[in-house]
Amino acid sequence: MLEALQLPFMQRALLAGLLVGGLASYLGVMVVQRRLSFLGDGLAHAAFAGVALGLLLHQEPLWVAIPFAVGVSLAITWVREQSSLGDDTAIGIFFAVSVALGVLFMSLRQGFAPDAVAYLFGSILTVTPTDLWAMGLVALGVVALLPLWPDWAYATFDRELALADRRPVLLHDYLLAALVALVVVVSVKVVGIVLIAAFIVIPAATARLLSQTFAAMTLRAVGIGAFSVLPGLASAYLFDIPAGSAIVLTQALFFLLALGLRRL
Amino acid sequence: MTATAVEIQQFSVRFGEFQALQEVNLSVPQGAFVAIVGPNGAGKSTLLKALLGLERGALRDGPTQVSGTVRVLGLPPRQVPPGWVGYVPQVKGFDRSFPALALEVVVSGLRRRWPFIITAQERKKAEAMLDKVGALALANRRLGRLSGGELQRVYLARSLIREPRLLLLDEPATGVDAVGEADLYRHLEAYQRETGATILMITHDWEAAQHHASAVLVLNRRVVGYGPPERVLCHECLSQAFGHVGHGHGLVLKGD
Repeated sequence: MLEALQLPFMQRALLAGLLVGGLASYLGVMVVQRRLSFLGDGLAHAAFAGVALGLLLHQEPLWVAIPFAVGVSLAITWVREQSSLGDDTAIGIFFAVSVALGVLFMSLRQGFAPDAVAYLFGSILTVTPTDLWAMGLVALGVVALLPLWPDWAYATFDRELALADRRPVLLHDYLLAALVALVVVVSVKVVGIVLIAAFIVIPAATARLLSQTFAAMTLRAVGIGAFSVLPGLASAYLFDIPAGSAIVLTQALFFLLALGLRRL
Repeated sequence: MTATAVEIQQFSVRFGEFQALQEVNLSVPQGAFVAIVGPNGAGKSTLLKALLGLERGALRDGPTQVSGTVRVLGLPPRQVPPGWVGYVPQVKGFDRSFPALALEVVVSGLRRRWPFIITAQERKKAEAMLDKVGALALANRRLGRLSGGELQRVYLARSLIREPRLLLLDEPATGVDAVGEADLYRHLEAYQRETGATILMITHDWEAAQHHASAVLVLNRRVVGYGPPERVLCHECLSQAFGHVGHGHGLVLKGD
């Protein structure tokens, strides 16, 4: 197992997994507690449409998917603020439109697209240095915005009280939406479009079961999100199973354990 | 210091087709304890939210039209320093699934942000405030484990810890037993004696309002009556506000 870490692609996979696991869980705490769990799925499919467009235009998919998914995320937030349709409905509409666009872009492209399959299911072992740079930059952005945690937490606790205390709640809603979209896009290569929502939801939900305070929930979620990558990647390497699946199943196992612990 | 805590002139709020408030005029002197009564949908909460500068956030559908002027402690609501105003929202709006301890809720009222780590000084101050409202034992209790009445005390401590000059309460006695309600009035009156703060409180309990408030505002989209309780809580003005007086709205007027 340890000699596997000598391999550059394994080193990149490990670093990518830890970054994605930590970032998605950190933002997931806000997403889950605001009952926006469906947002991860919606944005993953927006990323799919962006990737398909990139492949169609023969561009690096990541650079097309980023503005596309961020745009969709801001649009979802705008519809949520402007109407009383309900968050799930707003997300559901953009989810459907994204899938429709993605399928359309794929069909316009000549021939079979094996790279598109890699995006659907993720391939952590083929993470490139470019992917890592993108993740690193997003991580840097999230770390730079750590001082906003008290404001995000306050608006998550009670939006009206935060507004009454004149916190910039709307601005932060858009900021958070853009960040979640960024994390989803840079994670898609690692985990796959169909599994990225798990990275946002499961560690945060597990931490929620174990925590008395929101600060503890945040720390535990990041810990669980990053740690799940280790046994996940190891079993992927040892038993030759897809890494994305292995990591998500590890997260699910932790969730079950937490559920059990709470019952005791 | 201005002499009036709240000054409202020709204030109207309209959500799309729904007229929530119409040409409301109101002047509340500093140090007053005003009970706001009126039927459901009378615009009571909208009025309180207007004092917080949140009248547009009440409903998201349709264009919101606002006209008239509102002055809180001499300033437009959105220019009032947030520390001057304490707000206790309706209990039914609380999200009890949020992982938090009662102490953190109180500290959030002091910081106006959510605390990641609570300093020793903040803890001391928050515990003193919880003690004042008879809820010190709840300090390390989870939000989800508090009863309606306990939650109300914690939120009262949260609003008082910033030592507001204006305190706004939205149905604080709903879901609280009789002992809890008596306590609530006791704490409010004690705070008022101590600081000279102004209190505006929405309530469904007229009898209590009659005993504790210095003035009663009867609201039904318009101001139906405003003045000392014994003058405003008469049969005629209440009939005008509610169509009839009786049990239909869960309200009973003593001696009726």
